[in-house]
This record gives sequence, structure tokens and C-alpha cells, in this order.
Amino acid sequence: MSTVAEAENKHEALPARPKELAMHFDNLNQQFTTGKLGMWLFLGQELLFFCGLFTAYAVYRANHQEMFHYAHYFLDWKLGGLNTVVLLCSSLTAAWSVRCAQLEQRKGLIITLALTFLAACAFMVVKYIEYEHKIHIGAVWGSHFGVAEANFPEHLKEAYPNLTAEQLQQMGTGSFFAIYFCMTGLHGLHVLVGMGLYIWLLIRAIRGDFNRKYYGAVDNVALYWHIVDIIWIFLFPLLYLIG
Amino acid sequence: MAGGIVEKPSSGVPVRPARNYLNETKGLKNWLVTLDHKRIALMYLAAVTVALLLGGFWAIVLRTELLGPQDVILSNDWYNRAFTLHGAVMVFLFIIPGIPASLGNFMLPMQLGAKDLALPRVNLLSWYLYVIGLVFFLGVLFLGGLDTGWTLYPPLSSGRPVELNLIFAYTAVFILGFSSILTGVNFIATMHKLRPKGMTMYKMPLFLWALYATSLIQVLATPVVGITLGMSLIEHVFKIGIFLPQYGGDPVLYQHFFWFYSHPAVYIMVLPAMGVQSELIATFSRKHVFGYKAIAWSSIAIAAIGFIVWGHHMFVSGQSPAAGIIFSFLTFWVAIPSAIKTFNWVATLYKGAIDFKAPMIYALAFIYLFGIGGLTGLFLASIANNVHLHDTYFVIAHFHMVMVGSVLTAFLGGIHFWWPKMTGKMYNETLARICAVMVFVGFNVTFMPQFVAGTRGMPRRYANYMDEFTVFHQVSTIGAYILGLAVVIQAIYLVHSLFKGKQAPPNPWGSASLEWQSSSPPDFHNFLDKPIVMGAYDFENWEFVSEDAGYVLKKEVIETGKSLSTVH
Repeated sequence: MSTVAEAENKHEALPARPKELAMHFDNLNQQFTTGKLGMWLFLGQELLFFCGLFTAYAVYRANHQEMFHYAHYFLDWKLGGLNTVVLLCSSLTAAWSVRCAQLEQRKGLIITLALTFLAACAFMVVKYIEYEHKIHIGAVWGSHFGVAEANFPEHLKEAYPNLTAEQLQQMGTGSFFAIYFCMTGLHGLHVLVGMGLYIWLLIRAIRGDFNRKYYGAVDNVALYWHIVDIIWIFLFPLLYLIG
Repeated sequence: MAGGIVEKPSSGVPVRPARNYLNETKGLKNWLVTLDHKRIALMYLAAVTVALLLGGFWAIVLRTELLGPQDVILSNDWYNRAFTLHGAVMVFLFIIPGIPASLGNFMLPMQLGAKDLALPRVNLLSWYLYVIGLVFFLGVLFLGGLDTGWTLYPPLSSGRPVELNLIFAYTAVFILGFSSILTGVNFIATMHKLRPKGMTMYKMPLFLWALYATSLIQVLATPVVGITLGMSLIEHVFKIGIFLPQYGGDPVLYQHFFWFYSHPAVYIMVLPAMGVQSELIATFSRKHVFGYKAIAWSSIAIAAIGFIVWGHHMFVSGQSPAAGIIFSFLTFWVAIPSAIKTFNWVATLYKGAIDFKAPMIYALAFIYLFGIGGLTGLFLASIANNVHLHDTYFVIAHFHMVMVGSVLTAFLGGIHFWWPKMTGKMYNETLARICAVMVFVGFNVTFMPQFVAGTRGMPRRYANYMDEFTVFHQVSTIGAYILGLAVVIQAIYLVHSLFKGKQAPPNPWGSASLEWQSSSPPDFHNFLDKPIVMGAYDFENWEFVSEDAGYVLKKEVIETGKSLSTVH
């Protein structure tokens, strides 16, 4: 009997475990840093994942510089620039949301999460406009590439008045667009995933799940969002600004 | 010690707890949503066993076809499908996840003295991804198989008209890749964050060092094959022109990408096997492992060097001679950490009290087979030899020595070693020893003739061959049957032991890593009491009681809570 009583006393003496604390952690700090390390490792994986595409880009650009040069006229740096600004702003609101979560500013958290989500939506809308136009004029991947001279962008016509549609196609410009669509498409998929994550965070924030000791999800999703942003920061000059 | 069963050696209470992780909750649903690493490990074990039997089935079919120089049981088309499915299933579904996801998943938290992996939900997700990958592969099978070779080289693969089975295969490997990445992320996070007080990196069992190195490769290399096969899938469907020459793509680029992952993947396979090996050799020599730090760091070294040798798969693929020479030179480096490990295992055996239990027979077989597999790797690394031996049976025999001879024997040895801990039951030791010897003999009979046939010019992936190779192929096929039979017998007696086996003591082998301080099978939370943290090879802390009670912690260890070992 005495041992049972002792055990019960011991049990009472233990500090109450916060409800957010998973069974296998000792305290919330350990849980938070573990989740964060996991996220960093995952982001390392993300970098290598995109590295394949960046390597393909480097190989083809080294071998076919002229093709990249002609092809880049088909990209509108203004739309790309707009998307860069949109993403940078969303990174700011993402970082802000982490601060709001740390300070338990629930209203601020909800607003910054919503703003990040809206910026992501805006990015995808601009992306859609760009894709729609390219597919419409036939500036697409591989052997499907075929843009009529009438559809050449103005500044391409100005720079190379004698360039024909056939010449452009034979140069293998389709390979540029294969890489373009793979890279921006994969990046776009990441933005879509990020949008899903921000909706999830919004629901949890409205429900009041987060507090100053438990905000790992907000922090980790923001980290993910920053890497999506950083990858775009590299994609934008490599694809749009190579003239 | 009445009854001989010591539930918690650290407290000396002679009872077996009625509840353990196997009977904590009941019903299929509770298993399918479990976050417990031990249950997920068992689910993985079941799934990889299915893959092993499936891949093994195709191996037996292949070897049967090769009994004669002309068609025996398969048409040439089906021969191509058989070797593709054998390779793809074995590599992606069995060898890569085999040891880490089953044995590693179970033992990692226990050997650390932790309650679970760092990210239990991610762990369950990785199992589901694995099963989805498995289902896709079964889909490939039902859609009429795949005949591209497991490497899926373009233009043979993605260049053909759109085929559903190829789409399934790409999707399967892509998904399996993410299953593997998530396991790696989880393992690294666990080893950094869930080590209890006193459990330093250098106190971790070498199995965990090996898993750490494996995880590094999983996280850093697997995404590259993911993106490669993702692009191949898109290229196959949309013909976009990245790897396909007919659309302006570069097929050699595919090979670079593919082997940037798939060569390190060889170390994803063999490093955990080496980890198991270190545990088995030390335990059954009852000796502190020789050169602990050297073995630990050689795992990391193998992982690091593994990233810069991929070009040796492409000596005849049209890569530049300069690149070939550099890759040839770098490949030799792999031999250094591999040799460090091998010599340390042999030094551990020296003057040890060697106990020829079944797991130890596997461990000794490993040293022999890995020795041959590793040394023939040096022949192939030298570019002048390689050009002659490329795509011959010499290569087949070499990589099977490493991927099967080492990984499969370590897997089987590890299963036998941890079976009492995982299931709480002892298997039939006599049968297990016979099977271990059968595996060793069958393996050598299968692959030794292939070395000879290869040097005499027998090319790989040929359904028919010249009459002069008949004898090599027939001997090889007999060996494969012996190997297959051994695996089937094992499956039978292991399953039998689940129902009729003797109750296992907490520590039947006298091993000193922390999982043996838990009951067999362990509690849902792994340990009822905090385990006494000690070096993984401090065997002097344990003493033998009886066959039924196994080994128990010495009294002074329990009283002081400290290891008696002076080796550090």
C-alpha cells in the first residue's frame, strides 16, 4: 500500500504537462526546437530537390547560350518583377505573423496570416496570366514549341527583324521552355502547398491554438514560405533578366 | 529471480508486465493510426518482407530461365520484365528502406533511451507513402510489367509512347523517395534532440552512427532522384525535351542525375547493414568494440565520399575521359573507410569469447561477403579494367555481394538478433543456424560462378547465351534455389515462433545497448523506468543467469546507477 501511495504522491508532485506537449518530449522548448530542426532538414531537402532543375538550367544554358538569349524575350520582366515584389511582401507578413504569435497578438496573427495567403493568391493569378499567354501563342515545351512571327514580342522583332519562326524552333527554344515550365511550375506547386498551409494556420489561429510557448507551426510554415520566396529570387533573374 | 524473468533489470523486479506495446490497444484500426515507432516498425517489417518475397520471386524466375542457353520458361520480352521488376522491387522497396525503416525505426529511440522518434506523425506518413509506392509497383505488375531495366534510362523508357505502367513506375519511385527522405529527417532530428541526459554521441551504439550517416544521404541525395524521375514523368507524358535526344534533351544528363542519387543510395543500403554488423560482432564476441570512434566516423566518411563517385557508373556512357579518370580515382577512396570498418570488426573478434549464435553466423558471413564485394569493387573502380568488365556478370556478382551478400545477411542477422526484443519470443536456434549457413553457402554458389562467367565475357541482361556459359549459369541457379529455400524456411520458423515460441527474456544475448534494459516485448512507452545510461558495449555490466532468464544487470550497476566499464 505504501508504495502505491508514494507513487501517487510522486505523480502529484510532477508539474502539470501542457496539453500541447506531445508524450515523448520533456518540455515545450524541446518540442519546439525538434520541430524546427526537422523543418530545416526538410528545407535542405527542398534545396537539393530544386538543385536538379538548376543544374539542368546551367547545363543547357552553357551549351545553348543563344537559345536562352532569344527565348528570354518571351518572358515579361514586368510581370516577373511584380511577382517578386508580391512574394517579398508576403515574406514580410510571414515573418510578422511569427512575431505576432510570439507576442500572443491574436488579431495581428490572423491579419498577417491572411495577408500572406492573399499575396500567395496574387502570385498565382499573375502566374496564370503569364502561363495563359505563353500557351496561347505556343511558347511551350519541347517539340510543341511553335510561335508564329506575328506573335513575336515587340522588342524581339526590334532587336532581330530577320528572325523567322522556323529559325527559332530549330534552335531548340522548346528546351528553354521545358526548363522554364518545370522550374516555375514546381515553384508554383510549392506556392499552392503554402496556400494550403496558411489556410490551416488561419483556422488554428482563429481557434486560438497558439500561445507564446506554442507557436512552432507558425514558425515552421514561415520558414517554408521563406524558402519558396528565396527560390523565386533566384528564378526571376535566371529566367527573366538574362538579356 | 523466481521464474527467471526479469522485467526491469534496473530495479530487479522479477515480473513480466502484462501490458506491452503489442497488446496496449487492440484492433486493426489502432494499428493503422498508431504513432508508436515500434508498431510502425513492425508494419514496415511486414511491408518490406512482402517486397523481399516479391523481388525474390522474380530472382528465382530469372535464374530458372537461365538454366539453359535458349528460352526455358520465359520469352525474351518477359525476361526483360522479370529482371526489371526484380531490380526495381529489390532496390526501391526492399534494400533501401529495409533495415532503417524496420529495425532502425524500432531500435533508434530505444537505443537512445527515448520514448519515440522525434516526429511520430511524419513517421506514420512515411509508412503510408511507402505502402502507396508498393501499391503502385503492384499496379505496374498488373499492367503487364516494365522492361526498361530498374535504372529507367531514357530514351528507352520515357521516349516511348505514353504507357500507364511507366507512369506508375515513375510515380512509385518518386513517392518512395519522399518516404525515405522523411525517415531520414526524422532520424537526424531524433538523434540530435531526444538523447536523454548522459547519452552523448559517443555513447550511442554504432548502429545509430550508421543510421545517422544513412539519414544524411537520404536527406541530401534522394530529392535529386525525386526531381529526376519527376521530370522524366513529365517528359514521358508531355515530351518536353530535357532528357530525350529527339526533342533536344540530353540522356547522359539523366544518367548523371540518376547516379548522383543512386550511387549514394548504395550507401543508404549498406551503412545500416554495417551498423547492425557492429552490434552483432561486439555482442557475440562479448568484447567492447575495437576502434569505436574509427567505426563511427568511417560511417560519416563513407556517406561523404559516396557523393563524389557517381561517375564510375558512366565510364562507357560518353562522359569525358578526364571526368572518368577523376571519378575512378575518387572511387578508390571509398575503400579506406570500408577497410577501417572491416579491420575493426576483425580486431573485435580477436581474443573475444565468440558465441556462434545464428546472428553471429550472419555477421561472420557479412565480413567474408563484404570483403569480396568490396575488393572486386576496386577492380571495377580502375577505369582500364572497368571498360572490359562493364555490363558483364562480373558487375552483377560484385554488386550482389554488397547489396545482397552484405545487406541481406545483416538484415537477416538483425532480425534474428532483435526478434526476441520485438516480439517477445525466441525462435528455433538450430533451424536458424542451419538457415544462416544455407544463406552463406547458397549465396556463394550463386555468385562465385558469375564472377568467372563475367570475366569470360558473359554480358548482363541477356536472356540467351552461348553454350560455354551453361555450367556457370546452372551452378548459379542451384545456389539461388538454396538461398530462396533458406529465406522461405526462415519465414516459416519466425512466424511459427510468434505463436509457439518460448518467452524471451529481456536480454537473451547479454548485449549492453539500452533497448535490452526494457522488457521483451517493450512497454508502450519503451521503458517503465529510466534506463541506466551506459556505453553501448559495456558488457561487463551484465551477467548470465540462465537460459530462461538470459542476462541481468549486475547488482552494483543497479545500486550505483553507473557503468562498471573502464573502456572509454
